[in-house]
Amino acid sequence: MPVREVLLAGADDRDLTKLAEYQAIGGYAGVPKARAMSSDDLIAELQTANLRGRGGAGFPMGRKASLIDRSSPKPKYLVVNADESEPGAFKDREVMARVPHRLIEGCLIAAHAIECRDVYIFIRGEYLTEYEILQSAVDEARAAKLFGDVEITVHRGAGAYICGEETALLDALEGKRGQPRPRPPFPPVQGLYDAPTQINNVCTIATVPTIMELGAAEFAKIGPESSPGTAIFSISGNIARPGNYELLLGTPMRELIYDLAGGIPDGRELKCVIPGGSSVPALSPDEIDVPLDYDSLAKIGTFFGAASLIVVDDRCCIVQLALRSTKFYMHESCGKCTPCREGTRWMVQLLEKIEAGEAELSDLDLLDDVGSRILGRSLCALGDFAVYPVASYLKKWRDEFVAHVELGRCPYGGSSSLEGIVAPLDAHRHHPGLEILA
Amino acid sequence: MSGLYDAIQAERAKYPEGSRSATLHALRLAQEEHGWLSPDALREVAEALDVTPAFCKAVATFYDMYHLEPVGTHLVEVCTNLSCALSGAQRVVDAFASELGVAPGETTEDGEVTFRTVECLGGCGYATVVAVDHRYRQFVGADDVPAIVEELRAGS
Repeated sequence: MPVREVLLAGADDRDLTKLAEYQAIGGYAGVPKARAMSSDDLIAELQTANLRGRGGAGFPMGRKASLIDRSSPKPKYLVVNADESEPGAFKDREVMARVPHRLIEGCLIAAHAIECRDVYIFIRGEYLTEYEILQSAVDEARAAKLFGDVEITVHRGAGAYICGEETALLDALEGKRGQPRPRPPFPPVQGLYDAPTQINNVCTIATVPTIMELGAAEFAKIGPESSPGTAIFSISGNIARPGNYELLLGTPMRELIYDLAGGIPDGRELKCVIPGGSSVPALSPDEIDVPLDYDSLAKIGTFFGAASLIVVDDRCCIVQLALRSTKFYMHESCGKCTPCREGTRWMVQLLEKIEAGEAELSDLDLLDDVGSRILGRSLCALGDFAVYPVASYLKKWRDEFVAHVELGRCPYGGSSSLEGIVAPLDAHRHHPGLEILA
Repeated sequence: MSGLYDAIQAERAKYPEGSRSATLHALRLAQEEHGWLSPDALREVAEALDVTPAFCKAVATFYDMYHLEPVGTHLVEVCTNLSCALSGAQRVVDAFASELGVAPGETTEDGEVTFRTVECLGGCGYATVVAVDHRYRQFVGADDVPAIVEELRAGS
């Protein structure tokens, strides 16, 4: 399969954090090109490119732009979601650290499409080094008078997974607790400061300059018809060469795991792959002959998500994997909606009981039942994200759950790779309200 | 006017008038100055933002990076989410606990180091990730821990 770099193009040869270096490879040429077009024409061009959102949902970026209520008398806002917090995902971080100007150029182009003058980049608070690089690139581009009448503000978060959810992000950007909002109204109509707002992932926006460079029709020819372009795939866990790989969408998963990333180390066997970050249904070893694109992964019951593969080898107890994952979602539940707030806690309690060998077979059905009562019942998908992987573990590795019940202990007998792992939640158990878990 | 007050006003100027968008920045600035968000620090932020201390505390309690109790001069945070956990993060946690003599979530007796586990830091491909005073150390193994602790003790 021919390799073409889009997002990270040129970054191996030059220090593209510097404006002059980025301009030397044609950087920022897309801005005057876009500004010579009307908003309508530019949105049409973006729709032709069929660039699907790289944040997780895969919604076409051009269509999103077309939904912006440009007739509104209020300002229009572009918000870049750089809150990357999905376990397994570390792609946006690399884009901001190595090609910040490509992201900024994408912002300027996308801003023109929706007639926006104020762009906010919401970067997770933990990314301090990336913030510094991005902020200095913003300052350099502004000083070079590339912004025109647009302003770009980099806004740091303060540590909360939920802020990657777009309406929670808006609340955090408005200086509040980052909790999701009811929809409708949707952000293109009523978003930041109640004004029309477009929200896109870092990699989505950083792909836009390439659309301007090639023309949308040419861009749409890269990779599979339904998902043009490249994605940066983050691969981690029990894998020989973990890291980021920019690949055409549609690259076979097996090729990424075994050829590019070197397969499973230490002579171990593959147990499962969580293909889109920890929130999606896991795949068993006989399911990895699948092209890495939105539609192919959806067809086999999982999600492209954040293009982040977590590879797990056969030393890992599936119940411990489910428990560690669910502790994360319980910790990060914002508490606004009851099914998610209470349901994730029930899931943790049940999984702890199963892992301890104190569960009965009916508890496995209860775990399934609790999950089914979380799904789709909250303002955002965080609760669903806790359920999707656990439901897949229960379905595909049910024998292992049953073994815990029948043996009255973990069949790994203390040798699982996740044995004894301490989650932040565990240290918080003495806090009021959590004593139920103690 | 204090330096903190002025710095918060500079943040407020970046956002539309009447918005509270500078809140997260203001809390961070106050924490940098005071070490943690004490009741006094929250009052200072509230005054600078023209909001109530209760609003500031409500926001501060929501986010993991704000400290509502005193913390050490240095902060060591070990990621124990899936990819780090699969790569041996618990051995790193145990090594820090033994070198520092405190459990995750605690501060050393001399008040120098607060040690805690954290959720995914976004460095999964470079596990185990440890944030030392907010700077990522990558591919950290248990063997690397004594040197990190020594470095912190020497530097403070």
